[in-house]
Amino acid sequence: MALWRRILSLGRRARMEREIEAELREHRAMCVDDNMARGMSREEAERHARVRFGSPAAMRERVAAEDAALGIESWWLDVRGALRIFRKSPGFALVVVATLALGIGANTAIFELLDAVQLRALPIARPDELAEIRVAGGIRGFGISDSRFSDFTVPMWLELKEHHDPFTGIFAWRGSVDEVGRAGQSRRVNGLEVSGGFFNVLGVAPFQGRLIEPQDETGCSISRVVVSYPFWKSEMSGEPITANTTLVVDGNAVQVLGVTPPSFFGMVVGNRFDVAYPTCTPPQPRAESFVYTVMGRLKPGWSLQKATEYLNALSPALFEKTAPTGYSSSALKTYKGYRLAAYPAGAGVSYLRDQYDSSLEILLAITGLVLLIACANLASLMLARASVRRREVAIRLSLGASRGRLLRQILLESAALALCGGALGAALAQPLSRALVHSLDTSQSTIHLTIVADWRVLLFAAAAGIATCLIFGMLPALRSTQAEPLISLKTGERGVAGNRERFLAHRAMVMTQIAVSMVLLVGALLFVQGYRNLLAVNPGMREKGITVGFLNFSDMKIDQQHWAALKRHVVDDVRALPGIENAAATTDVPLSGATWGHQVQVGGHDGGSRFTYVSPTFFATLGIPLVSGRNFTERDTNDTPLLVIVNQAFLRKYLPTGSALGQRVHVLPEPQYPERWYEIVGTVADTKYESLREQDPPQAYVPIDQFPETAQGPGMAVMFASGDPAAAEQSVRRMLGAKYPGTDTFFYNFEQSILDNLVGERMMAQLSAFFGVLAGLLVVVGLHGVLSYFLARRRSEIGIRLALGASRGRVVAAMLRNACAMLAGGLAAGTVVALFATRGAGTLLFGLKPWDPAIFAMAAALLAVVTIVASLIPSVRAAHVNPIESLRAE
Amino acid sequence: MAKNDLQGALDLLILKTLSQLDSMHGYGILMHIRRVSDELLIVEEGSLYPALHRMEQNGWVRATWAVTDYGRNAKWYSLTRAGKEQLASREKNWAQVVKGVAAILRFA
Repeated sequence: MALWRRILSLGRRARMEREIEAELREHRAMCVDDNMARGMSREEAERHARVRFGSPAAMRERVAAEDAALGIESWWLDVRGALRIFRKSPGFALVVVATLALGIGANTAIFELLDAVQLRALPIARPDELAEIRVAGGIRGFGISDSRFSDFTVPMWLELKEHHDPFTGIFAWRGSVDEVGRAGQSRRVNGLEVSGGFFNVLGVAPFQGRLIEPQDETGCSISRVVVSYPFWKSEMSGEPITANTTLVVDGNAVQVLGVTPPSFFGMVVGNRFDVAYPTCTPPQPRAESFVYTVMGRLKPGWSLQKATEYLNALSPALFEKTAPTGYSSSALKTYKGYRLAAYPAGAGVSYLRDQYDSSLEILLAITGLVLLIACANLASLMLARASVRRREVAIRLSLGASRGRLLRQILLESAALALCGGALGAALAQPLSRALVHSLDTSQSTIHLTIVADWRVLLFAAAAGIATCLIFGMLPALRSTQAEPLISLKTGERGVAGNRERFLAHRAMVMTQIAVSMVLLVGALLFVQGYRNLLAVNPGMREKGITVGFLNFSDMKIDQQHWAALKRHVVDDVRALPGIENAAATTDVPLSGATWGHQVQVGGHDGGSRFTYVSPTFFATLGIPLVSGRNFTERDTNDTPLLVIVNQAFLRKYLPTGSALGQRVHVLPEPQYPERWYEIVGTVADTKYESLREQDPPQAYVPIDQFPETAQGPGMAVMFASGDPAAAEQSVRRMLGAKYPGTDTFFYNFEQSILDNLVGERMMAQLSAFFGVLAGLLVVVGLHGVLSYFLARRRSEIGIRLALGASRGRVVAAMLRNACAMLAGGLAAGTVVALFATRGAGTLLFGLKPWDPAIFAMAAALLAVVTIVASLIPSVRAAHVNPIESLRAE
Repeated sequence: MAKNDLQGALDLLILKTLSQLDSMHGYGILMHIRRVSDELLIVEEGSLYPALHRMEQNGWVRATWAVTDYGRNAKWYSLTRAGKEQLASREKNWAQVVKGVAAILRFA
């Protein structure tokens, strides 16, 4: 009730004030009446009453302040007062709001990404019930795996399908790349192979038509598909799905069953599926090929732990039953030792998460620090403003304003600024995070992330806004209300001796800024240097002018025994084309992230080695020098002795002494790859294999004509060198279209793909450098501001010193000493913090340690230069203070 | 525990005065407290009017403008029902404070 009355009385403010005034006036009159009744003269009576009563205005304020105690009335006034800052000092407000908007915007953008990649649940019903079933500890290099999320072979999946008590339903899926469209105009799209229960268990309802159901699992050629909403909109122009809607997928016309809802992007966060089709069970599924990811929905009452116990108990029989044949017993022991376990899967799976998790967290820390510097700067600004307003505050204090009320007013001012900055920042966050995502796109792959401002993001932005407001508003507010009115009124805005404590606050602020910038600069230099190290890595082979082509002849209906000959002809035809310097076939493209290895025994050592089957022109095409022995020739085939060329890392590991030539390499058997003995005929220089970041691994090369016939497939990779890769690709395409019609092709530029693999490092280097420079600039601004403020405060002191005979040089020196002391303190603190802060970044840095002393020295030197430059101008200005003028102003 | 700050005591004095005098203006309340307490308790205007204003806003007292015996226009306060309830609870409270303080003083 009382509150309500107060809110109502807001509108009657003026009337109430008049009433209070009238009441107090009458009171004083009664007092005078009484005094006169006691025999005083009128003047005396009035004086007496006034002395007793005090200032009428202050009294009225005190009565009205009773409302302020419960708030509402004065809140309204204070909010209006706080908003006045935008009108009275628009420049100041603009700078503050812009700084905050950028700071909060950058933070929110990074957080938005982190949210999209890591925190947000899949757009499905009750995502927390979803569990992924994996081999605990991973499959540890056994067999062949499709992707890092594939833990299930077809036989394992079939077996588990029969035993899934903890789950209401389970499903399997795998991602793939498919061709959509008629031959010649086809394009590659993201396919999603799903088991019949996929959509049902996930609880995804069709947007149009129907989705894949268990009865759709029929033959192994794709006959019916479900398309994603974006695909339906862009490729099928959003036309209604009917029983006659078809699409050409992988060369066959297939029926389109339906469309998934717009929010459903598949299971991989960061990718978007285009077409989904049912899994099939081939007649002879390969038991060593891990292809599926398996997930299920937990039954009510089953926890992940209980489900894991169940799966653990199930595992021995399952892996015994599904064990592949053709492996040595030691390798099989790994397989039979696998144990299944259940893991939470409500947020889906993501390559981005694995790849950029720590990068994003570091970026969030970096942007947080930048925001902190910005806040320190703003606090300095506000402090300076507050000291200009000391007189005003002092007058209000002595007129009876309560400290609490003043504090609130100043804080409200900060809050108004922070609110504007925060709102702008939140709006800015979306475009910023989109731009960030696009900076991670490469020539071959695009990242599809749903970036939305969900409650977590809004909460984060609000928290950032409140934190900044408190940080940059609190200190100035406390400071200015602590002033003793009498002293402030006397000294005004200039005082001879600056309040020592006040300078301390400024000093601390500048030192914090320098320390935080030190951390940011060290980080920036580390990431830039790491990226430069990666760019400078010599892969040991030619990158420029190399084109990679993946060819697939499966549509040509050729028998397995003729594939090898066909591939030989293709390479010869490519080499014969004008403009092509050289060409080679290979089973593995270096630096593509793929690996291919066999278990070997050499000279009594057991271990593994990378194996690549290449045509004799391979080393010449990629410019890999032969160190000793001979190269392969066209005559080295399966009918002649088996040969191998190894690299220097192979020699270091297996044959550290003596001549390698003529030594034998024993390759252990695997399904399709029989046991073999090769003779070393040559050695080549080391090259990078999987990625630039790793050491050169032991490698062995075998003539492609000695590739085991049992493993021969319809696909091949060809690498060709030319002066003009784009033209060369065109002429190869034309030749293939004419001589080998029906060949599926996919080309990419080797050099570009190597750079594409470094986008993560590039992003970190660019962003951290950007924020490092920004931090440096903020320090310049902050330092300049604080020193100018010192100067303003000490103007008369300097004037006195100059009048007493101090040289201008000494004045400059004193100011610089001041700056250097702050610099030293900031650098020392920054070094300590940076040493701790960069420890976590070790894995993201290539070729250097996080405590690299050169980097630290460079950061410190940069900051020192920045500090000196920023403090020179105010120092020189100090030396030119006119003693007469500044003393006269006293 | 008894709520026993000074403001509580002032409120009690004002409420009690109003319950004794039925209706009174600010100046009269001051004089009454002063006279009845034999000048032992002197309430200042600076405390009285804020307190009266607060009580009015809280709905413990209602006020009307009327002319005094000496022809001055004044704001006359009287207790509302809520005010009477407040008074009762504060009187009880005060008795406890007095008892508590006395106990402390007696303790040797």
